[in-house]
Amino acid sequence: MHDNVLLQAFIYLAAAVAAVPLARRLGMGAVLGYLLAGIAIGPFGLHLVPDGSEDVLHAAEFGVVMMLFLIGLELRPSMLWRMRVAVLGLGGAQILGTAALAAIMAIVVGSGWKPAVATGLILAMSSTAIVLQSLAEAGRLRTDAGQRVFSILLAQDIAVIPILAVLPLLATHAVSSGAGEAHGVATLPGWQQALAVLAAVGAIVGAGRYLLRPVFRAIARTHLREVFTATALLLVVGIALLMQVVGLSPALGTFLAGVVLADSEYRHELEGDIEPFKGLLLGLFFISVGAGIDFLLVARTPGTILGLVVGVLALKGLVLYAVARTFRSTHADGLFVATALCQVGEFAFVLLALARTSGVLTDGESGRLVAVVALSMLATPLLLLAYTRFLEPRLAAPAVARPADEVADAHAPVIVAGFGRVGSTIGRLLRASGVGTTVLDLDGDRIELLRRLGLEAYYGDATRLELLTAAGAATAKVLVLAVDDFSVTQRLIEVARRHFPHLALVVRVPDRAEAYVLINDGVTDVHRETTGTACDMGFATLRALGYRAFQARRAVQAFRAHDEQGVRVLAGSSGDEASYVRAARARIAETEQLIAALDFVDRHFDLAWDNTTLRDEAESRAELDAAIDATR
Amino acid sequence: MPRVLVLFAHPAYEKSRLNRRLLQAIRGLDDVTIHDLYEAYPDFQIDVAAEQARLVAHDVIVVQHPFYWYSAPALAKEYLDLVLEHGFAYGSTGHALDGKVLLNATTTGGPEAAYQVGGRNRYTMRQLLAPFDQTAYLCRMRYLAPFVVHGALRLDPDTGCTEAQRQYRSLVVALRDGALDLDRAAAAERINDLVGGA
Ligand SMILES: Cc1cc2nc3c(=O)[nH]c(=O)nc-3n(C[C@H](O)[C@H](O)[C@H](O)COP(=O)(O)O)c2cc1C
Repeated sequence: MHDNVLLQAFIYLAAAVAAVPLARRLGMGAVLGYLLAGIAIGPFGLHLVPDGSEDVLHAAEFGVVMMLFLIGLELRPSMLWRMRVAVLGLGGAQILGTAALAAIMAIVVGSGWKPAVATGLILAMSSTAIVLQSLAEAGRLRTDAGQRVFSILLAQDIAVIPILAVLPLLATHAVSSGAGEAHGVATLPGWQQALAVLAAVGAIVGAGRYLLRPVFRAIARTHLREVFTATALLLVVGIALLMQVVGLSPALGTFLAGVVLADSEYRHELEGDIEPFKGLLLGLFFISVGAGIDFLLVARTPGTILGLVVGVLALKGLVLYAVARTFRSTHADGLFVATALCQVGEFAFVLLALARTSGVLTDGESGRLVAVVALSMLATPLLLLAYTRFLEPRLAAPAVARPADEVADAHAPVIVAGFGRVGSTIGRLLRASGVGTTVLDLDGDRIELLRRLGLEAYYGDATRLELLTAAGAATAKVLVLAVDDFSVTQRLIEVARRHFPHLALVVRVPDRAEAYVLINDGVTDVHRETTGTACDMGFATLRALGYRAFQARRAVQAFRAHDEQGVRVLAGSSGDEASYVRAARARIAETEQLIAALDFVDRHFDLAWDNTTLRDEAESRAELDAAIDATR
Repeated sequence: MPRVLVLFAHPAYEKSRLNRRLLQAIRGLDDVTIHDLYEAYPDFQIDVAAEQARLVAHDVIVVQHPFYWYSAPALAKEYLDLVLEHGFAYGSTGHALDGKVLLNATTTGGPEAAYQVGGRNRYTMRQLLAPFDQTAYLCRMRYLAPFVVHGALRLDPDTGCTEAQRQYRSLVVALRDGALDLDRAAAAERINDLVGGA
């Protein structure tokens, strides 16, 4: 029954759907939920999935690859360059420090130096997947400590490449060749390998810069969303494959592609497309880690295993704290970095497999380490929970909340959806007033043009929650809906209201009928798209007739205010029953109101600065005076 | 030759009887610029730089307006607020208007008798126009007595203001030609009397 794919999918999904909300409820975070779900359906729980489901793990690892692509998308090259000191210094020190210390411990315990070094290097890795997911969930990624954590993880991802290269050299016993599947390029001599690696990296950067954007634009022009999604997936999978061929970490390759595309207009759309896949696959990854923990092994030597877990966590934690403090973290930040990164990561599984197949570690050693690694990962969400619940409140007091840590969101306060004739004018007006705007539009060519003008413009369907989120709807203040398709406007209003109720909506509508609908729906800032122009033209006509500028202006203003008020009044009576009689009555009311507007302006404008009544009174008094004079 | 700028402010010119005629009386004079503020700035978007240049290019500035609520219509005030910038018109570096001449030319509904201490309007025209006087003073300009046509509401629509028109015209011409005794003009209660006999 295990090889029924649908059934398997059902089990994994069911586990996730059941466990994650539960974990959330208990305040534990999604990652722990997935891990527990894995244990529950694993060989030592309900035994619903086969043990050692390598395929699942492989598929799941792709979640990590996608995650790094998404992280890359968030990191502009300039930002990455700014982080170089942290990545090389902080990360390098952590890796070397941990590896050295762990190796020494291993040697002290009686291991040979080669397996000891291998073990050290493997243990130096932390779990990008768990940590970043947890930090993102807790909203800590952008804090100072979060950035340090990220730098270290990035350094580790990069370090995987040389470690993969070095591991086989540490072999103590020969293994039958073929067990370690050497990939295409790995069979080449060293310098050629290096060349291939460089070429691959160059290809990613070059293609990202010059090839991908035109391709995306062409795809965008088809207006087929699923093709765009397919292209995005194709990109990620393709890069992962390329990286495998040259023996690099696929995660690193996609990360690079992400960074290259971070500046592009398709960033938000790509994010929105890949995000759900990443989420699912990453969940799968955590589940399979949970399912993969060999509790039998743990049960046989519980003391050793638990001792190892605690020892590894403590050792890594110490090194991390020391390194962080050396690089001038505060006490609290240092503790946080240590807590977040003290587990061993998913790369360890890969490295352990390689170490076993290339004869660096024995099956027993690597088996035990796999259990240790998995348990340490399981411990991470718990440790983070403990940190935020018990440790942090105590640290927070003296260190006085450091608001500057939360990097003020880089997002603009206004999102303009639809950048056609209306939207672009609004956008320019706002920009001229120094208001930052993020523009969303479905026309790739237009977006391209806007970006060349230096505007923050992104391709995509604004009614998608992911895209809105990526464009910063959570922190924006105003959403301007300037699309010309009213059905799109309505959908967008629905999404925005449900998910971002704080956003003020400024809405373009074609005409009165649509205005009624929205006004009845409680949207107040509704603007009929032709009214402004019509009024301007009316002004010009009055001027051409020789009206004084000020009079013409006031006439237009008075008319407009009255007309606008009329729309609101009629909206109230238009109701939602669409019966014919009612519609007809509404039309009559509208006509009446339109006619009333004609008279209105005349009547009201005439009273402005009018002195006829003054004159009349003055004249009658003059007559009176004259009459009085005459009687004298 | 001094050059005269008439800043005209009437929000309902199409209904004006008196100011319209006064304006007609000075149309077409050489070296007299008539600048219709409500026509130029119906949105109150005054072009400050252009207006400053205009002020600099003239020597005598006449603010002509109907008397509304014992002052000038809103745009005339807006003009002063925006154009007489610190550093341009006043302050240690603001000397652009030094020595220029400023006066109001205005029409009131109320009769002359009302604009007296003890009268219905309780203050004289000069007292009511004190803000303009002081504004000129701060800008180191010479403020002259106002040109006033009282009883605007009772004027005969056809003939009633020919005298006022004639007076206004000779005032503007005298200002342009430098033919007016400025010391007397500054000290008078109304400038009309100084040109009346001329
Ligand atoms: C809004 C308004 C305010 C007025 N305030 C005064 C005033 O304070 N004192 C006064 O004597 N006349 C006042 N009047 C009358 C005007 O001064 C009079 O209508 C004007 O001078 C006539 O000139 P015109 O024919 O050029 O419009 C006022 C008139 C209006 C319309």
